[in-house]
Amino acid sequence: MSKRQQTLIIFALAALTLLPLAVIFSSFASPQGDIWAHFGEFVLPRLMLNTLWLLLGVGIGTALLGISLAWLTAACEFPGRRWLTWALLLPLAVPGYVLGFVMIGLLDYTGPLQTLMRDTFGSAPQIPIRSRGGVILVMALTLYPYVYLVSRNAFLTQGKRALEAAQTLGLSRWQGFFRVALPMARPWIAGGLALVLMETLADFGTVVVFNYDTFTTAIYRAWFGMFNLEAASQLASLLVILVFLALLLEQRSRRGQRFSGGSRGDRSERINLGPVARWLAFAWCVLVFCAAIAVPLGQLLIWAWQSRADMDTRYLGFLYHSLILSLSGALVVVVLGLTLNYALRRSPGRLINAAGRFVILGYAIPGTVLAVGFYLPVTWLDGLWMDLGRYFEQRWQPLLGGTITAMLLAYAVRFLAVGYHPVEAALHRITANMDEAAKSLGSSSRDTLTRVHLPLLRGGIATAAVLVFVDIMKEMPITLMTRPFGWDTLAVRIFEMTSEGEWQRAALPAVTLVVAGLIPVLLLMRTTEETSTRNAT
Amino acid sequence: MQLEVSDIQVAFGGNTILDHLSLALETGEIGCLLGASGCGKTTALRAIAGFEAVTQGRILIGGQEISRPGWTLAPQRRRVGMVFQDYALFPHLSAAQNIAFGLRHLSRDDKRRRVAEMLDLVGLAAVAHHYPHQLSGGQQQRVAVARALAPDPALLLMDEPFSNLDVELRERLSVEVRAILKAAGTTALLVTHDQHEAFAIADRVGLMSDGRIEQWDTPYNLYHHPRSRTVARFIGQGVLVPGEVLENGRIRVPMGELPAPMALTAGTAVDVLLRPDDIIHDDTSPLKATITAKAFRGASILYSLELPCGTRLLALVPSHHNHAIGEAIGVRLDTQHVVAFPASA
Repeated sequence: MSKRQQTLIIFALAALTLLPLAVIFSSFASPQGDIWAHFGEFVLPRLMLNTLWLLLGVGIGTALLGISLAWLTAACEFPGRRWLTWALLLPLAVPGYVLGFVMIGLLDYTGPLQTLMRDTFGSAPQIPIRSRGGVILVMALTLYPYVYLVSRNAFLTQGKRALEAAQTLGLSRWQGFFRVALPMARPWIAGGLALVLMETLADFGTVVVFNYDTFTTAIYRAWFGMFNLEAASQLASLLVILVFLALLLEQRSRRGQRFSGGSRGDRSERINLGPVARWLAFAWCVLVFCAAIAVPLGQLLIWAWQSRADMDTRYLGFLYHSLILSLSGALVVVVLGLTLNYALRRSPGRLINAAGRFVILGYAIPGTVLAVGFYLPVTWLDGLWMDLGRYFEQRWQPLLGGTITAMLLAYAVRFLAVGYHPVEAALHRITANMDEAAKSLGSSSRDTLTRVHLPLLRGGIATAAVLVFVDIMKEMPITLMTRPFGWDTLAVRIFEMTSEGEWQRAALPAVTLVVAGLIPVLLLMRTTEETSTRNAT
Repeated sequence: MQLEVSDIQVAFGGNTILDHLSLALETGEIGCLLGASGCGKTTALRAIAGFEAVTQGRILIGGQEISRPGWTLAPQRRRVGMVFQDYALFPHLSAAQNIAFGLRHLSRDDKRRRVAEMLDLVGLAAVAHHYPHQLSGGQQQRVAVARALAPDPALLLMDEPFSNLDVELRERLSVEVRAILKAAGTTALLVTHDQHEAFAIADRVGLMSDGRIEQWDTPYNLYHHPRSRTVARFIGQGVLVPGEVLENGRIRVPMGELPAPMALTAGTAVDVLLRPDDIIHDDTSPLKATITAKAFRGASILYSLELPCGTRLLALVPSHHNHAIGEAIGVRLDTQHVVAFPASA
């Protein structure tokens, strides 16, 4: 691909990312008198409050879970530490909306737990799972791995020098944690938390299961309930502003990471916890593991078995749609990710660089926003197209709307970063000198590409494809809001079943998603394992 | 001439990196560009390799033009091998596969033979199937040399080939690599900032500063007959001492008289280069100098001295003459080659 074509693709992608944002913000140009007044008075304050509570709760929850588990598994010694270290990553495979409906199904009045307690003791305490606290608990349990992963990595890479220095200055190991290890890990923790906040803001599936109104559900209702696209757009733009703040936090924390880059020294000696503390540590880790994955997965398997009759041609249809969408989405994203990587690889112009960086930020835009932002221009284009058809006295089918094309565009914007980073990491290993070495050995550009680049990029490309594949499979709002008629996927099926409270019948597609989601988690664990063994030798 | 670089200029966006740069190497000769970082030596190498275009002058290999303004033969068609500072080994290929990379045109048997030959040459047959990350720094370096030599290049270029190695290994390998290159009869040009390395490996050395070559000469001449102050200052240690040309054609310096290296009119002010080995410590000498600093070198001590008139000197003295700082010791001149430059106006 020539430099020119690459530039063109980058600018096309930047325009594609900018388009939905421009569309939703332009909605303020035509205010909707009555409805907006109603929104401002009754809906907005509640949405705002709900969202802020959610951010606060999930932020604190993931920080407590993520940091405590990371410190225990990285710096302490207790029974089961080895398997818990990786087992605590597994909740990454469970979408929030799956854990959400399982929790409700388990703990609700009619659920097995309360039923069992009533049967045994004659009465049972109310468990207020369908509440703000319930949503926060569920989202913290699904999102804490983001914080766990980065802070564990930070604790491990700090090396023992800093902590030893603290000890020579008279601090105990535990004081050292609060005064040295934690402050040193702060940029990473902040980065992980920022991701959590972005995911929280973008979440649609979980809050919808709990009937907890946030911006994403309000956007959905404004559109599908009131058919008011303007209101949906305006809500979407408010959501984007919130996301933008979280994004700022994330970008800032990255700068901090560069400055306080920990040198990978020797591994610190683990703290040998006392006889009581070690079992407490074990209990805490196991409790989180059970609540976040073991118990829900068990319950899902039971339900899936009970509703195994659902494994029919309809189920296969959902599965087929999910697979087709995820496969084609992964293909599109990986190709675009590769192009973007190569265009940005060797000191491109400032403008191209800025455009490229902007495109990568597309992951921050919530799916609901993309759905609304793409729907308007797509229908407008289709209108033009059909008008053009009428002009020629033909009946032309819509070009984009209601087809997979529009969905794939939205997926591309949302997941490009997921497909970009693994390839970037792989490409990073190919130095400019390697290219020149190949050339000086008589290799043409094409030859260098096939003999040096492809073999070295293969792993990165495969990782990118798997990650995007699974992310699209779990994706709910874009799929739900822009899918062509009849294109129900596993995620859509779960949405439909859970909105009717049919937890059992949502179990089979949910199990399928969790199993698919386990693949990238296992991949991730393998790479972390590899880097740690490589550093050990 | 195997390599001929005549009067080239390289400029990026209005910045002239190289200017009026010329050098030549006979077949089998090893040349070296020596200079501080930023002097343009790596750019010169990259221009010869074909990674940079020249804006003036031309480059010939084996009498064939490969670069001229507006035309650059592609690097892959120049038959110029290159060893990079970071070696740039392909991490997914074993040592043997790395060496075989440039041998695509050979038949399977020829390829295997050539790879074995190269592995023997650099003494790495035992680790042929190891991957780069399993090799030591010195081994990686030799794989890089073997890989570049395998296609039998008309010219081998090496960019700071020893800078990633520790000092001890650096010295041993530069001798080894010289032997390897001589055994293969390769014409080579390398770039370094370390003069000991340059002297150890090269037949001809070019001292570069500010994008040009100050002097292209043998190491001996560079040290003993520097043609400019820049060369005199960069190569070896020494001080420039002010002097004056006398009626008898000799030069008077604060500690005596010296024969003039060239015809100079009487009364001309000159600067004379005095190396630490030009100053002899002699207790019987009437000339006394005060020690201002000393550096123990094992067999000898390098003294920084100051004469009563304020002139500073360096003297290399056998280390059993151990004197304290502040002490005054007798010195005299014993200069074999006198190097003098007319004093700057």
